[in-house]
Amino acid sequence: MKSYHANEKGYYGEFGGAFIPEMLYPNCEELRQNYLKIMAEPSFKEEFDQLLKDYVGRPTPLYFAERLSNKYGTKIYLKREDLCHTGAHKVNNTIGQILMAKRLGKNRIIAETGAGQHGVATATVCALMGIECVVYMGEIDIARQAPNVARMKMLGAEVRPALSGSRTLKDATNEAIRDWINNPVDTHYIIGSVVGPHPYPDMVARFQSVISEEIKWQLKEKEGRENPDYVVACVGGGSNAAGAYYHYLDEPEVGIIAVEAAGKGIDTGESAATSALGKVGIIHGSKTLLMQTPDGQITEPYSISAGLDYPGVGPMHAHLFTSKRGEFISITDDDAMQAGLELCKLEGIIPAIETSHALAIFDQKQFKKDDVVVINLSGRGDKDLQNFIDYFKL
Amino acid sequence: MNRIQSKLQENKKLLSIYFTAGYPKIEDTLPVLQHLQKSGVDMVEIGLPFSDPLADGPTIQESSTAALRNGMTTEKLFEQLKNVRDTITLPLIIMGYFNPVLQYGVEAFCKKCNEIGIDGLILPDLPLDVYVEEYEATFKKYGLLNMFLITPQTSDERIRQIDNSSEGFIYMVSSASTTGAKSGFGQEQESYFNRIAEMKLKSPQIVGFGISNKETFNAATKSTKGAIIGSAFIKQLTANGTEKIADFVNSIKN
Repeated sequence: MKSYHANEKGYYGEFGGAFIPEMLYPNCEELRQNYLKIMAEPSFKEEFDQLLKDYVGRPTPLYFAERLSNKYGTKIYLKREDLCHTGAHKVNNTIGQILMAKRLGKNRIIAETGAGQHGVATATVCALMGIECVVYMGEIDIARQAPNVARMKMLGAEVRPALSGSRTLKDATNEAIRDWINNPVDTHYIIGSVVGPHPYPDMVARFQSVISEEIKWQLKEKEGRENPDYVVACVGGGSNAAGAYYHYLDEPEVGIIAVEAAGKGIDTGESAATSALGKVGIIHGSKTLLMQTPDGQITEPYSISAGLDYPGVGPMHAHLFTSKRGEFISITDDDAMQAGLELCKLEGIIPAIETSHALAIFDQKQFKKDDVVVINLSGRGDKDLQNFIDYFKL
Repeated sequence: MNRIQSKLQENKKLLSIYFTAGYPKIEDTLPVLQHLQKSGVDMVEIGLPFSDPLADGPTIQESSTAALRNGMTTEKLFEQLKNVRDTITLPLIIMGYFNPVLQYGVEAFCKKCNEIGIDGLILPDLPLDVYVEEYEATFKKYGLLNMFLITPQTSDERIRQIDNSSEGFIYMVSSASTTGAKSGFGQEQESYFNRIAEMKLKSPQIVGFGISNKETFNAATKSTKGAIIGSAFIKQLTANGTEKIADFVNSIKN
C-alpha cells in the first residue's frame, strides 16, 4: 500500500531528506539514530502521556459545533487544541522534544519562533525541566509580538534577536541552526514545526499525532465511527495539520484539506500560499516546496497571521499536495478575519488568526449534509487581540 | 588532469582565498580574481551568494546580502566569468548553497562551469549520499571535482567514506562553528589536526574557518596541504576595496 508517512531516510515521495552541511551531520545523525528507539521506550511513553494529561490538559475535547454546523449545513466538529496549556498545539511537540533532549543528555535548548507561540511553548517546558533556553526571534517579530517576548522572559528564556536577512521567522531559523553548528555537543534544537532536516518532520509529526489519535476514539464515541469524511487544518510549516492528519494519512476515505494563507491574494505578491506559489527547492535542510525567485533565492512571504507566514511547507504536506492526496485551499486575510469573528459570535470561541483560516473554507468548499468535518482548532486568539482590535476597529 | 589536482601536487603549502561574487561592487568579480592571481594565491573559491547562508557567520552573510542587492544572480556570474580563462590560470572553485544550483538545473550548471573552465564545486548542503546517488555522474561528465567538508565531530568511519568519494581535496572545517566565528586555534584543533594526519587519507586536506593571518595559516598547514581564508579576506575587501588585495595576501605568505 502507498504510504504518506516518511520512509526510513525521511522522504515523503521526493520531499524531505537532510540537506545539511557537514557541521550539522553529527547532530542530526545522533537524533536520527535515537528518536524512534527513545520514543518506543515504555518509560518515555509513560512520562510523555502523563505530562500531556496532567500538564497540558489532554485529551482536548472534540466539540460538536452545532450553530456553525447549522449555518453551513454539515456536521462540524472542532478539535479543541486551543485549550492546551500555552494556548495551542505547539506544546505537544515541545513536551516530546524536551524529554528527548533529556534522554540524549543535552543541557541547553535552542528554538526559533515567529509569532512567539513556539517560543513560549519551548520556554515553558524548559522552565518545567529547569533547562537553559535560548529562543531566536526575528528583530521585526520581536517588535510586533511584545506580549509573547515578555512571556518568554518571564519563563526564564533568553530571547535573541535575529538580525540577518529579512529579520523574521526564516532568519530566526537560520540563526538557531547557526547556534547549533557552534554548539554541537550539549545543545538540542527544538524545531517548532514539521520542517527542517530528517528526522525533524517525522519526529514532530509523531509528537503531534496525539491529535488524530484522540479524534479517532472521540469520534467513535460521538458518531460511531473513527473516520470523519474530512479533516481540515491550517498549514504554515504544518505541525498542527500533520498531527490532525497523521492517523488518517493512509485511510483513503478520509478527505484531507490543507488551508494556506493567501494573504492579500495569491497574485498580489503578498501571500504565503506555498503550494500555489512555491517550487521544489531546499529550505532549512529539507527538500520541499518553497517560495523563491527564479534564481533560487528564498523570498519573504506575507500573511496577517505570523504563524502561517513561512516561505516553505513541511515535506509531508508538499507530498500531499503533489500527489493530490490532500486538497489545498487558500484563504485571504479578510476571509480569515471574518471567519474568526464568526466563530466568536456563533460558538463563543475566540480562535487564533492562523486557525481562522481553516474556519473560512465554507465559501470555497461545499459539504454534504451528513458529512462529518473535523476542523483542528489549533490555537486560541488571545495573542491576536491587538490584530482583531485594529482590524475590526473594536 | 584537473587544475586542482595539478596544484595539489605542487610541493608547497597552498593559500586559497574565498570571496563573494559581485562584492563589494557587482563588477568586482573579475578584478578581484585578477588581483588575487597577481598577488600569488594558489587557488580561489568564488562564492555564489545565497539569501539564507546557514553555515556562514555575519561577514559572509552580509557580503552575500550586499551582492544580491547589487543584482548578482547565477546567470550574471556565468556572464562575468565567460572569458575568465583568457587571463586566469588559477584553479577555480564555485562555492555556494545547493538551492540556486538546483534551480539553475544541476546538469545545466555543471555544463556551464565546464564551458567557462571551472574546476570544482563546494556545495556544503549537498549531502554525500545524495551526491553519490544522483549527481556524481553529472559532475564527472563535466570534469568537475566535488569537495566535501569534515569537522572535528566527523567520525573516522565517515571521514573514510568521504575520502573514498573525494578526487580533489577534503575541506577540513577547523572547529565546530560557522564561518568567521572564531580566530586562532587551541588544544582541540591540535588534536583534530593530529588525528586526521594519523589517518593517512588519500586526499590532501585544506583547512578552512578560523584562518585570518600568517600565524593561523602556519598553524593550519603544519600537517595539511593548505588553508582557505574567507571572512578575513572579505573584511579587508569591505574596508579597502580591491586595491589592497596584494598587501593582504603578502601579509599571509611572507
